[in-house]
Amino acid sequence: MTNTIETAENEIIENQPILIAHDVSKWFGKFQVLRNANLQVKAGEVVVIMGPSGSGKSTFIRTFNALEPYQEGRITIDGIPLTEDIQNIDQIRRDVGMVFQQFNLFPHLTVLENVTLAPIQVRKFTKPQANEIARQLLDRVGILEQAQKYPGKLSGGQQQRVAIARALAMEPKIMLFDEPTSSLDPEMVREVLDVMRSLAKSGMTMLVVTHEVGFAREVADRVVFMDAGQVIEDTTPAEFFTQPKEARSKLFLSQIL
Amino acid sequence: MNTKITIKPVRWVQKNLFNTPYNTVLTILCVWVLWNILSSLFSWLSQSEWAVISENLRLFLVGRFPESQLWRMGAIALIPILIASTLVVRRSQAWNFVLIPLGLASITWLANGGFGLPLIRSSLWGGLFLTLFAAAISTALAFPLGLLLALGRRSELPVIRGISTIYIELVRGLPLIGILFMAQVMLPLVVPFRLDRLLRAILGLTFFNAAYLAENIRSGLQSLPLGQSEAARSLGLNSIQTLRFIILPQALRLVIPAIVGQFISLFKDTSLLALFALFELTGIARSILSQPQFIGRNGEVYLFIGLIYWMFCFGLSQFSKRLEVRSS
Ligand SMILES: Nc1ncnc2c1ncn2[C@@H]1O[C@H](COP(=O)(O)OP(=O)(O)OP(=O)(O)O)[C@@H](O)[C@H]1O
Ligand SMILES: [Mg+2]
Repeated sequence: MTNTIETAENEIIENQPILIAHDVSKWFGKFQVLRNANLQVKAGEVVVIMGPSGSGKSTFIRTFNALEPYQEGRITIDGIPLTEDIQNIDQIRRDVGMVFQQFNLFPHLTVLENVTLAPIQVRKFTKPQANEIARQLLDRVGILEQAQKYPGKLSGGQQQRVAIARALAMEPKIMLFDEPTSSLDPEMVREVLDVMRSLAKSGMTMLVVTHEVGFAREVADRVVFMDAGQVIEDTTPAEFFTQPKEARSKLFLSQIL
Repeated sequence: MNTKITIKPVRWVQKNLFNTPYNTVLTILCVWVLWNILSSLFSWLSQSEWAVISENLRLFLVGRFPESQLWRMGAIALIPILIASTLVVRRSQAWNFVLIPLGLASITWLANGGFGLPLIRSSLWGGLFLTLFAAAISTALAFPLGLLLALGRRSELPVIRGISTIYIELVRGLPLIGILFMAQVMLPLVVPFRLDRLLRAILGLTFFNAAYLAENIRSGLQSLPLGQSEAARSLGLNSIQTLRFIILPQALRLVIPAIVGQFISLFKDTSLLALFALFELTGIARSILSQPQFIGRNGEVYLFIGLIYWMFCFGLSQFSKRLEVRSS
């Protein structure tokens, strides 16, 4: 008896979206960037967000770790409502990792220190504990040999992989990627996408803003298309790339494919 | 063709100094002026008496600090060296917050006395020691104040931003000498206990310097990309941790040359303290020159202290250049 109840509960929890954005609206001054944007992501899902430049993709995912405040609607992450409550924001930032287009590594810290800083200061790990975790992660993204170097000495692809390791060191439940390969030379795009692919395979919940169609087709469970601050299409990659429903999606695809 | 260009001295002079009548007149004029300057310099040097320096060397260096207590100077000089080397060996930030106040406290204790050491009134302090002491202590005090003002000016709270901005702009709009007079005259009116004349002067220098340091630090803060604090916040660091581990280490490193430059100008500005009966380098020079046996030795004395000022400032600016090269 108890067994079946537990399974049922687990199933409910598993089917609960880990991220819910409901009718989110945001203004920069008078300019409305997000217009009732909606999105639900389940644990373990990989969602690719596409859309023309200026459509609000970055702004949208940046609301999910409170880098951008929003004015209307509601966002819930792993059951915690993202409000102005500082404690909630702190908890959500621990649960949500982010990788930026410009890497944003800390240039005055070594690669290892970049990765261990937050575990030591935020999760209160001891230095040896944090170093151990950092080494495992750096190994996983293939940069262990560079641990003692400063970020400035690394190539763009290597820096971005360090940035991924740095975010993973907080053991986040969700990872946000904002055009992680857009400022990389073509030959380095692959090494970063490979890391993201294996991260997806390991079951990480991922939200990825990218123009990499190959990655979206192969890795994404869903593709979300944004235009003018709205989510206007939310479907499987197969359907999105072969038979988009909306005129604006069609126009966009005709430009990038 | 690889022709070596050799210029014969005579031809060079003809071509460059006497090629037109106008140039010829100019050349003769210059030579005449130079000759006059050099000859009067030589005649001054031949009559100069440097006994005023050698006999008063101790006054120039440490003022009237009692001879039996001079070891305390050595100890004071050791403290910054000890702190600097500890900070280099243990690259941990936490030590800054312990060692620097501790160092300041022990320097003040050694200089002033008390707790077992004989008291030495600040009127006995003087010379290069006082110059360095005033410059170093007021920089050390101005630094935290300047940092707070710089952060305050960028604060989201209008009151704090307003106060910081008004302070900075007010002080930057006043001449140092005015602030020093205000510190001498007004501080005793607002502070309930008696403040030493030297302490008032040091506070005046501190208030002045803090405003400029604040602007230097603010420019460092502003030049950091926004992505740095965004990355820190997205990792879950709170705003104080972000400031302490990400923003300040980078911003302060950027403004080290400006801060050294600030220290150089402060070092020279301490000469104004002579106006308040304090016997730092310039003050002690004036007091030596007022003694009957040294009357008229202004040239020797001012040349000597000028050389000291120059050596320190030049050394510091070379040091800061080296820092700049290393950090880039
Ligand atoms: N801080 C800001 N202040 C004012 N307007 C902003 C700000 N940040 C973004 N915007 C505007 O909001 C709109 C959406 O920006 P956003 O960066 O979210 O678009 P995006 O879809 O990520 O575009 P891209 O593909 O170019 O990165 C743009 O028109 C942009 O100019
Ligand atoms: Mg963007």
